[in-house]
Amino acid sequence: MTKLFPRDFWTRNETLVAGVIVLFCIIATLSDPRFFTITTVSDLLRASIVIGILAVGAMLVLVSGGIDVSFTAIAVFAMYSSTVLSLAIWPGIPWPMIFVISVIFGAGLGAVNGFFIAFLGLPTLIVTLGTLSIFRGFLLTFIGSQRISDLPPSMRDFSRGVIARGTTEAGNFYSIPWAVLALFFVIVLTWFILKKTMLGRSIYAIGGSVESARRIGINVKWTQFFVYVYVGALAGLAGIIHGSVGRMADPFSLVGLELSVIAAVVLGGARLIGGYGTLTGTMLGVALIVIVQNSLIVVGIPTTWQSVTIGVLILLGTGVPAYRAKRAAAQAG
Amino acid sequence: MGRLLFLNTLQSSWLFMSSDHDTAFIDLRAITKRYAGVTALDSVDFTVQPGEAVCLAGENGSGKSTLIKIISGVEPATEGTIHIAGQERTTLNPRISAAAGVMVIFQDFSLFPNLSVAENIAFATQLSTHQRFFKARASRDIASAALDRIGVEIDLDARVESLPVAQKQLVAICRALASKAQLIIMDEPTTALTDKEVRRLQGIIRMLKDEGVAVIFVSHKLAEVLEVSEKVVVLRNGKKVAEGPASDFDTQSLTYHMTGRDVPIVPPSDVTAGAQTLMEVKGLGKVGSFADINFELKTGEVLGITGLLGSGRTSVAKALFGLVAPDSGSIRVDGQPVPIGDPQAASTARIGYVPEDRLTEGLFLSQSILRNVAVGRLDAHTSSGFLNMGDLAEEAAEWLRRLKVKAPDIEAPVQSLSGGNQQRVALARWLSRAPRVLILNGPSVGVDVGSKADIHDIIRDLASQGIGIIVISDDLPELLATCHRILVMRDGRIIDTLDGKSVTEDDLAHRLAS
Amino acid sequence: MIMSTNTFMKNATAAPEFRLLVIAVFIFGLMSVLSPDRFLSSQNLTSMAFQFPEFAILALAMTIAMMTGGIDLSVVGVANLSAVVAALILTQFSDTGMPASQSAIWLAIAITAALCVGAIAGLINGSLVAFFGLPPILATLGSGLVFTGFAIAMTGGSAVMGFPETVALIGNAKLVGIPVPLILFALLAVLLHLILTRTAFGLRVTMYGANPLAALYAAIDINRMLLKVYVIAGMFSSIAGLIVMSRANSAKADYGSSYLLLAVLIAVLGGVNPYGGYGRVIGVVLAVLSMQFLSSGLNMLQVSNFARELIWGALLILVMVMNTHAVAALRGSFAKSSK
Repeated sequence: MTKLFPRDFWTRNETLVAGVIVLFCIIATLSDPRFFTITTVSDLLRASIVIGILAVGAMLVLVSGGIDVSFTAIAVFAMYSSTVLSLAIWPGIPWPMIFVISVIFGAGLGAVNGFFIAFLGLPTLIVTLGTLSIFRGFLLTFIGSQRISDLPPSMRDFSRGVIARGTTEAGNFYSIPWAVLALFFVIVLTWFILKKTMLGRSIYAIGGSVESARRIGINVKWTQFFVYVYVGALAGLAGIIHGSVGRMADPFSLVGLELSVIAAVVLGGARLIGGYGTLTGTMLGVALIVIVQNSLIVVGIPTTWQSVTIGVLILLGTGVPAYRAKRAAAQAG
Repeated sequence: MGRLLFLNTLQSSWLFMSSDHDTAFIDLRAITKRYAGVTALDSVDFTVQPGEAVCLAGENGSGKSTLIKIISGVEPATEGTIHIAGQERTTLNPRISAAAGVMVIFQDFSLFPNLSVAENIAFATQLSTHQRFFKARASRDIASAALDRIGVEIDLDARVESLPVAQKQLVAICRALASKAQLIIMDEPTTALTDKEVRRLQGIIRMLKDEGVAVIFVSHKLAEVLEVSEKVVVLRNGKKVAEGPASDFDTQSLTYHMTGRDVPIVPPSDVTAGAQTLMEVKGLGKVGSFADINFELKTGEVLGITGLLGSGRTSVAKALFGLVAPDSGSIRVDGQPVPIGDPQAASTARIGYVPEDRLTEGLFLSQSILRNVAVGRLDAHTSSGFLNMGDLAEEAAEWLRRLKVKAPDIEAPVQSLSGGNQQRVALARWLSRAPRVLILNGPSVGVDVGSKADIHDIIRDLASQGIGIIVISDDLPELLATCHRILVMRDGRIIDTLDGKSVTEDDLAHRLAS
Repeated sequence: MIMSTNTFMKNATAAPEFRLLVIAVFIFGLMSVLSPDRFLSSQNLTSMAFQFPEFAILALAMTIAMMTGGIDLSVVGVANLSAVVAALILTQFSDTGMPASQSAIWLAIAITAALCVGAIAGLINGSLVAFFGLPPILATLGSGLVFTGFAIAMTGGSAVMGFPETVALIGNAKLVGIPVPLILFALLAVLLHLILTRTAFGLRVTMYGANPLAALYAAIDINRMLLKVYVIAGMFSSIAGLIVMSRANSAKADYGSSYLLLAVLIAVLGGVNPYGGYGRVIGVVLAVLSMQFLSSGLNMLQVSNFARELIWGALLILVMVMNTHAVAALRGSFAKSSK
């Protein structure tokens, strides 16, 4: 029963993406031995935190059979508003409270998406496209469009907190911030929900077949609603971490990243039709995108070719399985 | 007809039924259902005893699906009383109905393709306990218990999408059993099964009956369900028109009750297939699908290709139209080779193909009747780049008239038509291209018994005009009613060529199964 | 077959396009009342006519892709890559001091090259969708990054400028008093309308969008049709790119990045079914006009640019709710009458 590999091991996207990452690391280390050091790893890890948290949310939506393009707008809205609110009311507020406020803002905006999608039955792409504009427009019109670099002091304290820091023998500095724990927490929580609760299994079930889910008595509406609220909350968390770590509340940041995040999730094997997607795959997809964005130069590809590389990876990562499926269907007749 | 009891609405009490009301699992009395002025069910009584298998027969629109919806709590009845397991149910919804042990297995099985067999079987049960946490161990235990109960082995960890149809159905049955089903309602259970699988299903159903689980079949395929049913109930136009022990019915009497008229089985007309060879198929083969397919089709000939599901009949049909690319062999029409594996080339060679599944393959449901017909003639009515809409509409209207399609407006979407009329629209599309060869896959699947006879008339009529017709079907009376010759396929090969006039239904059935 | 005037009126007013017409007229009227001297000034009307064609043409490109049940997320990437290619040709081979007759030849060559880029990009998208079976959303997401990436790689990410004056003809000139971009948009809209409703190809696009499987069984050459669809979308995008280039008097890899979602939004607002099978050019045109009237009018009223985004999004959701609400209301009344 217990096999070393699942039977579809070799055809899974996870394997393909992991293979590309390993290959990349080998080539990178060969061309520059300094690549494979704790400095690079900590840099990449830092760069993955925000994208990683957003990607977990995007994956959940894909699994449930929808698509969300508004989560970056939610993230930046929650981050900026909670910062503005904190500064206005209680500048000395401890950072966990700012985080909670941001998460609540995020969940609230997610609930707006959830309302239109779950209860009015509107198509997910259209709703989130609309709310992307609404959230961003509202933020910039009514809350503010100025960058705030004078953050509440506790947010700066958060960004200074590190799990580990030091200098390697070669003299390179590295640090792993607290924020990594947030990503870790999000992964564990989401893993628990997806694997160990009926709610999580219902999300997969709905993604597999909404009609069947309804017939066996799954509460489809509330489950969908939960998905969008949860994704909103994750976006709120990702947003405030982005602001804290970057030490700046920039209302123009993050938006525009949504397609890259979805690309990472899809590279990791989640399917647009719903029902398929794993946390392992999502994290591998994020790792690949982050590596390409940060370390392309190491393997001798100029940074100007970054977009082309990511585009080609997406086309290969989704094209190979799609082509294989098409061939298999043609063979079956 | 002998012992057969006829019922009309006036004498709706049945001799031995009244005493059974107390013990019945399902007891519906005088159920009426009206939708926006249309009476879908008219004062119908219906009982099912524990462990009883009931065949619910009727044409499309007879009210049988409405009856099922009322029992399963999807729709409320307008009038009448409902007792399930001895309790009167004034409010019924799917949850209450399921809690009482009524489980419906829909034609599509309502499974989750992305989840494991174990989860598919256990999900509903685990959901009903209102537990918050998912226990994988419990899920496997529930699933293996249900599989053991019907004596079937399926890998619990396999994803349902990877299972063949018959196993999916077994998973659906197990799910119903795991949810403590007292009554399993099966909608068209045998449509997608091979003969062997049907026999296994029959065995399982006998076993369930022994354990006291009742079964209702809703089916078009009459012969198969008669074998395992105790009771037959026939609905027509919302009324119960016949009820009695299954042994009192045969296919012909059932057809009579369903349609209200005798549908004569007409032998193929004496159109002697012309001497001229129209289509020649030589050595057609595709690895893993079919091999060594050779035949000739003459002008005006109706050629049947039959075989059980999985015999390769549909693959051959698709290959003739280029939808499946064969590895070897050739196809000629009027002596000219037709490039294989290319539907456009086949279409240019004036081969037409009407697929089996009208709703998903044959028609563009949301589009107008006109467009559904005209889509085959777009190039012919294009001059200097633009379509001549007037000509297109005129031509389409002409074909709809000839095929007697009852449509108020050719701009109306095709989904507003009845099954029989939809099939005629699909036919009209190809006929407007003046085909030499017309391939009809399951020409009367899902069509009312009445419309079926009309479609057979159309087939004979087309043949008399010199079109070569290939009918792919496993409906034996249909083949006998239309075909000059019948090719029998098994395991991807043609094993028999029979003369349509001399062969009998029993003989054909025997050759199919042997 | 013959509809009485009455039912014709009923059908016309029930169409989603009618609702859009009402919205467009309403917004135009509202803005005219709120700010009569400025909104209706010829200066404002002219400036509107110069503003919207570039993204409106991208919305047309999106429309034809959506008609098949697909989407083209690469439109902006194609537009910028085409513009960059044209700009590089112009800066390489012509200079600002060149006589008009000579620079016009180079402009023609640059335009041809840009259209070729659009066609090739469309062929790539079409092949990915048709032959490799990629979902359009992923195929064009990936290819869009590749096209943008090429534009970045060719320019190093900076703007290309220094064109001869003839380039201004595309984006800034008027022909008999009408802005050239508006003329281009009108021509393309009419062309797309004719393609979709009056040609065999257009009908096949709609039918395929309604039911891809049935299209296969109806012997429609699906691969060829999809290639054509994405080639048309690509070439439309190129034209939009050229207008942007001319108006900005430069080309850059990341111009108009907000236009992508805007194009999707307009198409959907215009009643195009994102799952395929339904869409009318007139609806898209009305959606474009509504948005332009709205944003321009809000501008007059000193409303910030950001509020426009908010209002666009709200308008999109409002129209969707209205469309489905109508269905739900129908269902509700049906349920009541059956009880």
